[in-house]
Amino acid sequence: MAENHTVEQHSLPPNPEKATLEGKNKYMGFWFFLGGEVVLFASLFGTYLGLRNSTAGGPGPSDLFHLDLVFIMTMLLLTSSLTSVFAIISMKRGNYKGLLAWMWVTVLLGLGFLGFEIYEFWDYTVNYELGFTTSAFSSAFYTLVGTHGAHVTFGIGWIIVLLIRYAKTGLTLTNAPKFYTATLYWHFIDVVWVFIFTVVYLMGIGG
Amino acid sequence: MSYAEAQKKSVLWDWLTTVDHKKIGIMYLAAGAFFFTIGGIMALLMRAQLMFPNSSLIPAQTFNEILTMHGTIMIFLAAMPLLFGFMNYIVPLQIGARDVAFPFLNSLGFWLFLFGGIFVNLSWFLGGAPDAGWTSYVPLASHYSGIGLDFFVLGLQISGLGTLIGGINFLVTIINMRAPGMSMMRMPLFTWNTFVASILILFAFPALTVGYLLLMMDRIFGSNFFVVEMGGNVVIWQHLFWIFGHPEVYILALPAFGIFSEIIPTFSKKRIFGYTAMVFATMLIGFYGFMVWAHHMFTVGLGPVANSVFAIATMAIAVPTGIKIFNWLLTMWGGRIKMTTAMLCAAMFIPTFVMGGVTGVMLAVSAADYQFHDTYFVVAHFHYVIVGATVLGLFGGAFYWWPRMFGYTLNEKLGKAFIILFLIGFHLTFFVQHFLGLYGMPRRVASYLPGQGWDGMNLVSSSGAIFMAAGFLLFIINIFVSMKNKETTGDPWDGRTLEWTIPSPTPEYNFAQTPLVRDYDAFWYEKYQGDGKIKAAEPLGDIHMPNGSILPIIISFGLFVMAFGLVYHTWIVAGAGLLIVFGAMFVRSVKEDHGYHIPVEEITKDKGGK
Repeated sequence: MAENHTVEQHSLPPNPEKATLEGKNKYMGFWFFLGGEVVLFASLFGTYLGLRNSTAGGPGPSDLFHLDLVFIMTMLLLTSSLTSVFAIISMKRGNYKGLLAWMWVTVLLGLGFLGFEIYEFWDYTVNYELGFTTSAFSSAFYTLVGTHGAHVTFGIGWIIVLLIRYAKTGLTLTNAPKFYTATLYWHFIDVVWVFIFTVVYLMGIGG
Repeated sequence: MSYAEAQKKSVLWDWLTTVDHKKIGIMYLAAGAFFFTIGGIMALLMRAQLMFPNSSLIPAQTFNEILTMHGTIMIFLAAMPLLFGFMNYIVPLQIGARDVAFPFLNSLGFWLFLFGGIFVNLSWFLGGAPDAGWTSYVPLASHYSGIGLDFFVLGLQISGLGTLIGGINFLVTIINMRAPGMSMMRMPLFTWNTFVASILILFAFPALTVGYLLLMMDRIFGSNFFVVEMGGNVVIWQHLFWIFGHPEVYILALPAFGIFSEIIPTFSKKRIFGYTAMVFATMLIGFYGFMVWAHHMFTVGLGPVANSVFAIATMAIAVPTGIKIFNWLLTMWGGRIKMTTAMLCAAMFIPTFVMGGVTGVMLAVSAADYQFHDTYFVVAHFHYVIVGATVLGLFGGAFYWWPRMFGYTLNEKLGKAFIILFLIGFHLTFFVQHFLGLYGMPRRVASYLPGQGWDGMNLVSSSGAIFMAAGFLLFIINIFVSMKNKETTGDPWDGRTLEWTIPSPTPEYNFAQTPLVRDYDAFWYEKYQGDGKIKAAEPLGDIHMPNGSILPIIISFGLFVMAFGLVYHTWIVAGAGLLIVFGAMFVRSVKEDHGYHIPVEEITKDKGGK
């Protein structure tokens, strides 16, 4: 049963995120949710693969993509996943300040990624005249990468809300599952990006 | 909130904010029955129009809208919510739980479904209902249809989100909330079928969401997914739709199989034959459900190899389904069968569904499918499957669980009259449609010319529909006439599973003490190996309950507002709707809510009054 007491370090269960039934339910429910998200992104990937050569005379993948920009974005997002792991390690060691600090770093890296993505979209729209309605390829590209970007945005908002709400409470059996599921979500976003990097950008330039 | 405050809520506020799985289940049933009635009236209108050739009772455009909405309503807004109603009410009781894993999300799922369903139906009053068929193939749905399709796409995305949430909730409930001793292989088969159907929901609905998302992008934001001259591809829609659409058939059928697997052992006084085989057959059907979607697309031109693979995979589904059929038959074999209305539904389901299965294997022969495709043969096939399994399952489940849910037993004489009338009507309506299809009558036509050999059979078909409607009326009458048949024992059928161990009416905390399960058919085991009472796994104590919340309605309303904004391209309204959604989610996230406790004195008082 979730009680709103700060868990002292000596009484902290080894896995505070799964110590209560509510926590266990959230943990498992979130994994199932991510399973559904996999199908969502798989459908978008399938659509993109079917339409990636349908440029209708507009610019195509090899005209647009710059691997240097995508490389920086990939590094930012991969590192943010790593820092969220550090946050969870801090949480399991009972170091609440460490948890908060690493989560803030994760948020900053995520914001950096998002900034580059917005720049990328702006660049394509203005300098390459690739609008959302230019071709079937452009629609599929913006929808797939944009859906990922929307997930990043939501994740950043979610983690910031948690960080501000729980800035002074210390670790409790109520907020541990919340932080934990947020990092699960963040890793998932990262994994999706790895596929976008491969399927959209690398295959766009090389394949 | 304290216990005293929780008791003080007005009835209306209590139902609007409830997170109790039993009340949510009843709301699902009520809303589903409402939509079922509307969908049924549409069916009657269609059959009235097709009763005679060259009929001009209903204009062709209206006919298209009615046929689209009949399919959409019956699948998404009637059959699924009605099944969700039973799942919600019964599954926690069958596994000995006090509630589902996520009571708040459970309520959110219901309100999303309801607001989404209402949104789709608002199209009737705001410029015409969708008219591209429930499959809404593009480009018909993207470029040749009016504003109704916008309502369709947005409303079904909202209600689909609710379904997805419900599916996840059932999965976690069944895995995490089982009572001590209730191992997976001791779970009642209705719970097992709910579990597998929930897996199907989880992996099938996102594909539909993406399909609707792309269609929405094309219609509202001018993208080119399905615009061929801009490089779009219309077959992508068909793939996405059927990757969802075929599992959907099993999402509808499996819970009904589960209901029959409860009814048949109860009224045969025998343990289900081949429990393990039933469980694995359910999983196999769930697995195959994802492997066969392209059999809906045989005539698209995917090529002989793809067609052959999907044809063989489709025929393979007959094997696990056949296992189930024989297990039901062998459960009845040598049993002391009591032909109640519920049992009558189950017994009649078997031949009806087998006929649908046989035509299913016929349709799976991809070469022959070129002849059957888009004719009334297909219409006959899927009505035999869906009415045969899902609708009979729902009626059977209603008669079986009614005393559990509403505290009174439905009248058996009226019930039998209803089900016989309904079945006669059903076979009259749909049996002849097989032959109409073989004689070449295409589905979805608003009218037809005389002298093609279709006139007589259409007349028969339409007459049958009247019997079905009359039967359904008897069912509705039964609900009101039977209210005086109070059921106070809690176990009217000499039941086998945990839901019959609790007093009637069901207390809000379900089980005063969490039950201890010692075998499959836990209650039956205690009746014949124990003292007839289920053992308790915990001492009597205060019971923790979740607080009610109005936020699910606010979130659903926010999406409703947002959908309006999108349909009318009013981005401020859409943004405001989204703000409401995120605002409510924010409140939910930052406001910790630990529920309240029902004091132990209240529970002993209930037990004493039993």
